[in-house]
Amino acid sequence: MVDKNAATPETAAPDMAGLTKRQLKRMKRFDNPWNNPKLIWGVTLLMGIVALGIFGRLFWDTELVFTGAVMPSQAPVGFENLRGQVGLASSPLGTDVAGKDLLALLIVGAPNSLYVGVLASLIGMSLGIFLGFTAGYTGGRVDDVIRVGSDVMITIPPLLILVVVQASFGDITLTMMALLIAAFVWQSPTRLIRAQVLSMRESGYVQMARLSGASDRHIMFREMLPNLVPYLFGSFIANVTTAIVTAVGLEVLGLGPQRVPTLGRVIYDAIDSAALTRDMWWWWGFPTLLLMVMFIGLLLINLGLDEVSNPRLRRL
Amino acid sequence: MARYLANRLFTLFLTVFIAATLIWIIPRLSPVNPIDAMLGRMASGGGTVENSGAIMEQLMERFGFNDPWYVQYGLYIKNTLTFDFGLSTSSFPTPVAQMIGAALPWTIGLMMVALVITFIIGNALGAFMVWEHTPKPWKAVIPAMMVFTSMPPILSGLLLMYIFSSTLPWFPLNGAYSIRVEPEWSLSFIGSVLHHGVLPAMSIVVVTFGFWALGMRGLMITVQGEDYTVLAKAKGLKKRYILYKYMIRNAILPQITAFALKIGMLVAGQVLVERIFAYPGMGKLLYDAILTQDYPVIQGVSFVIILMTALAVFLVDLIYPLIDPRIRLGG
Repeated sequence: MVDKNAATPETAAPDMAGLTKRQLKRMKRFDNPWNNPKLIWGVTLLMGIVALGIFGRLFWDTELVFTGAVMPSQAPVGFENLRGQVGLASSPLGTDVAGKDLLALLIVGAPNSLYVGVLASLIGMSLGIFLGFTAGYTGGRVDDVIRVGSDVMITIPPLLILVVVQASFGDITLTMMALLIAAFVWQSPTRLIRAQVLSMRESGYVQMARLSGASDRHIMFREMLPNLVPYLFGSFIANVTTAIVTAVGLEVLGLGPQRVPTLGRVIYDAIDSAALTRDMWWWWGFPTLLLMVMFIGLLLINLGLDEVSNPRLRRL
Repeated sequence: MARYLANRLFTLFLTVFIAATLIWIIPRLSPVNPIDAMLGRMASGGGTVENSGAIMEQLMERFGFNDPWYVQYGLYIKNTLTFDFGLSTSSFPTPVAQMIGAALPWTIGLMMVALVITFIIGNALGAFMVWEHTPKPWKAVIPAMMVFTSMPPILSGLLLMYIFSSTLPWFPLNGAYSIRVEPEWSLSFIGSVLHHGVLPAMSIVVVTFGFWALGMRGLMITVQGEDYTVLAKAKGLKKRYILYKYMIRNAILPQITAFALKIGMLVAGQVLVERIFAYPGMGKLLYDAILTQDYPVIQGVSFVIILMTALAVFLVDLIYPLIDPRIRLGG
């Protein structure tokens, strides 16, 4: 029901006449909906961040994330700090006031943010698939409970509950933060899958499968789930974004893991030490830039997936 | 209609109740006793905290650790529902409710302004992305404006601060009004408030309007293919009339429900914006409370923000039948 509708005669034929060669070429590319420029760009950006995390460790000393590892308050190469000192090649992206190397902080911090996002979203997704299928397929009381539960939980901002958690528990690890965030990102996949399952339950092919004596499990996983794949991907990416936003939010409030470098933590330190008025733009600027690249990548993937699952959004 | 209302009211109460319960349970699951932790901090502070005896007393009484859990819980629910959050420990003995009361108008004001602006800009841009008569250059520019969509507003806030406050001294770096004006209903005060509000509001607008625009684009594409739009065109109605009265009017309905799903994220984002701009709203209150480990304030602020969110969703649900007759008649 989802993909491969792109070039069906009904939708494409009336427009075929006035198309230029270039448009026809682009049209052909849409034969495979997954071959979508937005999707590819988004994945490339995220892979770039992963590559920074992996290859950065090979070529740069990650021990420099610790306080006092390098000379403090240095500007990036080619710039001067307020005291007129030129940036040194030993810290190409500059350093903070505590003598931590910015490049090392980015190399260690960026993958941490992605890790929290992906782990939280994976767990939330699994919960969502389970609850959504259960609610949509079983119906009745179970459905009511799951529906009201997700309605309620979707209005509670995860950040605030996490603030309470951290204020009472003290330090937490990255994985624990991911698990806590996961408790708040199962609602939207649950709602989405429930709605889809409800509409699919009445569709011809599911009725057919039921008539031919297929088991519930077969119907759920073999007949229904494949149709949900683009939606699931879209929901997964949206949840990764939500999870990273929440994690960064906690970190910028000075909460989150205290001993592991994260991008939000670097921004927190920068704001806390008045980097803006001291004109130490590199301190907050580079982590902000990296997070922006991450969010633009996720947004592009999401838009690309939208186009995969909804052919009407594709443009010539 | 009555059934619909009862349903929504039930969800509202359940949300508030669950939030309050979570806030109650979480500290009790912690291996660290909050009062022990606070005693430790006071001791390490070298006795600089005045009234520490009185603070401990009121905390012990408030948490009621000697009572069985259901008495503690009942007392807590009763206190919470009457907005009695106890006394702040960092600025003892100010009641938490009073501090929240002072911060709340700033938060609500900033949020309403940012929300109205994003909703209008976002939906207009989304509609123009799809409309066939939008000028070509616009169609190319609009998607590029969406790059900030779904970022946390702290990122846009930092950038805006750097550009329009540090580099170009157009807007103040922090606060909600200049310390040189008296907080009263005068033109200079209102002007100062507006001047200080521009950057915080802008940083929220920049990252949120894309959400509405993208939603609107999807809805407009659907509406564009509907029979009534085709009929309106065939009747030869004016292009703009069709856009506003036929297309946007129909496409905007689901956008209003989308608001209910988005508000939690909006609120959380605003908390952070207030923190970086030192805007005297709930976000700053929460941040200061985190810094000073002021537990009653953290609890109170979290609860009130969640309550606000749930109320906003409820209001959307109330307004919805007024603009969509299908729900009004159907329920």
